[in-house]
Amino acid sequence: MDETVAEYIRRTVLKIPRDEIKTMLQKWGLLSETQLQTINFRQIKENISQDVVQLCEEISADIKQAAVLDIIYNHVYPNKRVWSVYQMKKTGEETEFFDLTDFKKKFKRRLRSALKNVTINFREYEDNAIWIRIAWGTPYTKPNQYKPSYVVYHSQTPYVFISASVLKSNLPLLCQALVLASNYHDIREMELRSHSLNSLKDIVFKRYSQNFQTHYPRPLQERNVAPESADLRIIEENKNEKERIERVNREVFGDGPQPKLEFAQYKLETMFKSDPQMDVLDKKEPFRCLVKFSSPHLLESLKSLAPAGMADAPISPLLTCIPQKARNYFKIRERKHFFPGSFVSP
Amino acid sequence: MAVLQPYDKLPALSSAVLLLVGSDGGLQHRLAEAILREKKNFKISIHLATSLPLPPERDHLRPRIDLVAFMIDIKSKYSLKNVEASLAYVDDSFFLGKVCFLVTGVGRVNCCSVEMNAIQNLGEVYCSPVLFCELEVEGSQVATAQRLLRMLEICAGHVPGVSALSFSSLMRNCADD
Repeated sequence: MDETVAEYIRRTVLKIPRDEIKTMLQKWGLLSETQLQTINFRQIKENISQDVVQLCEEISADIKQAAVLDIIYNHVYPNKRVWSVYQMKKTGEETEFFDLTDFKKKFKRRLRSALKNVTINFREYEDNAIWIRIAWGTPYTKPNQYKPSYVVYHSQTPYVFISASVLKSNLPLLCQALVLASNYHDIREMELRSHSLNSLKDIVFKRYSQNFQTHYPRPLQERNVAPESADLRIIEENKNEKERIERVNREVFGDGPQPKLEFAQYKLETMFKSDPQMDVLDKKEPFRCLVKFSSPHLLESLKSLAPAGMADAPISPLLTCIPQKARNYFKIRERKHFFPGSFVSP
Repeated sequence: MAVLQPYDKLPALSSAVLLLVGSDGGLQHRLAEAILREKKNFKISIHLATSLPLPPERDHLRPRIDLVAFMIDIKSKYSLKNVEASLAYVDDSFFLGKVCFLVTGVGRVNCCSVEMNAIQNLGEVYCSPVLFCELEVEGSQVATAQRLLRMLEICAGHVPGVSALSFSSLMRNCADD
C-alpha cells in the first residue's frame, strides 16, 4: 500500500472522536468484523489509528477506499465545513426520470476530460441525497486528498450544496459537470452560506415553521411574558407592551426553532446622506460599507432581541426576510425613484 | 398627566415605592428581588417599567413614587437612548434627590458600548447620582440592592434629619473629590 494512502487513513482516523471510531469503521465496511475485533478501542487514538493502518496494509487498501471513510466522517460531522447553496435551472419542463448511473458516468466523464488527476467518490443516503467527494490535482501533480470539495445533491430538487475546498479555481468546472450530469441548463449561486447543512436544507426546502398571514388574528395565548413572581410587591407597568412584543415576534418568526445561520452580510452601495451644509463628500459617489452580523445562532438571537429589551419590535425586515428570501448575503443599492431610499437587490 | 410628579399623591404610612425604568426586563426583576430580600422595617413596592410615560390606565392604582432609578446597560446604546427619551417625562422637582442613574454591566469591560462621558454628562445635567454595578456578580448585586434600599428609605422620609436633597448633595460632593 502506498505510504500516502497509509498516512491519509491514519490522519482521517485521528479526526474521529475516540468513541465513534468503531461505529464509523463498521459503516466503512472495509475491514471485516473479525479484523475489527483485534483492535483495542480503549487505547489512545494514536495507537488505534496505527492498528487500523496496519490492517489496511494487509488488504492493500487504495486511495478510493480510503476516501470513503472521509465521506462517512463528513456525513456525520457536516457542520465542520462551510456550505454554499446553488440552484440549477431547466429551461424546458421535461421531467426526466433520474438515472443515478447515468449521472455518475456523465459527471466523472466531464471532470476527467478536463483534469486527469482527480479522485471522485459517490455515496448515496436514504433521503435521496447523493454525496460526492472530489479531490483535485493538476496536470502535473496527484490529487490533494486533504483539501477535497464536497457536493450534496438531492436528485428530486434543483438544489446543490457545495463545500468547496480552498482551491476556488475548480469551482466553475465542478458546476459545469453538475449541470451536464443532471440534465439542467444553468446553475447559480444563491448567496446563502452556513456551517449547518441541515439548516440550509430546512431553508431551501421550506421545512422550518413559517409564519402564515392569517385573516383572523389569533387570540392572545396564555403565556407568561415575564417570570410571574408570586411577590405582589413587584409590579409590571408595561405588561401590555411586553405582550405586544411577544405577539409581533411570534408573527414574524413563527413558533418553531429557527434554522441555524452564523452570518448575515449587507453590502451597502448607497449614497452617504449628510447635512447639505456639511458637504462631506465632494463627489456624489456611493459610500461603500459592509455590515456583518455574526452569532453562533443568528436567527434565534434576532428573535430574542425585542423580548430582551435590546431593540424595538418589529425588527427591520432586512433581517427577518432571511429565511423567506433564502439568502444571507445582500447588496443594498439606491432606489432609483423620486424618493431616495434603498432596496434589496434580487 | 403624562409627566411623573413627586408630590401629586398622598404618601402611605410606613411604606416606600421605587420605580425602575430600563429596557432590560429580566435584569430589573433580578434587582427587584434582591432588594426585597434585604431587611427593612417599612413596606416596599417596586414598579418596573420599560420607559416613560407610564401607561395612563393604571394611574389611579399607582401610589406616590419616592425614588426613580434609571437603568442603563453599558453594553447597549439602545438602553441609553431609552433612558434619555424617558427623562423628558419626569417633573423637574424629582431631580432634587429623588432620581438616580444605575449603570449596569460594568463587569464586562470588552463589551462597553456607551461612553463614560455620556453617562457623567447625564449625571451632571440632571444633578443626580450615578451608581455603577454588575448585577451578574452576587456581591455587587447585594451591595447595589442595599444602596438603593438606603436611598429609598431617605427619599421616602423614613430617616429623620436626612432629606433626599441633602443626601444627593452629599453624594455629589463626595464624587467630585
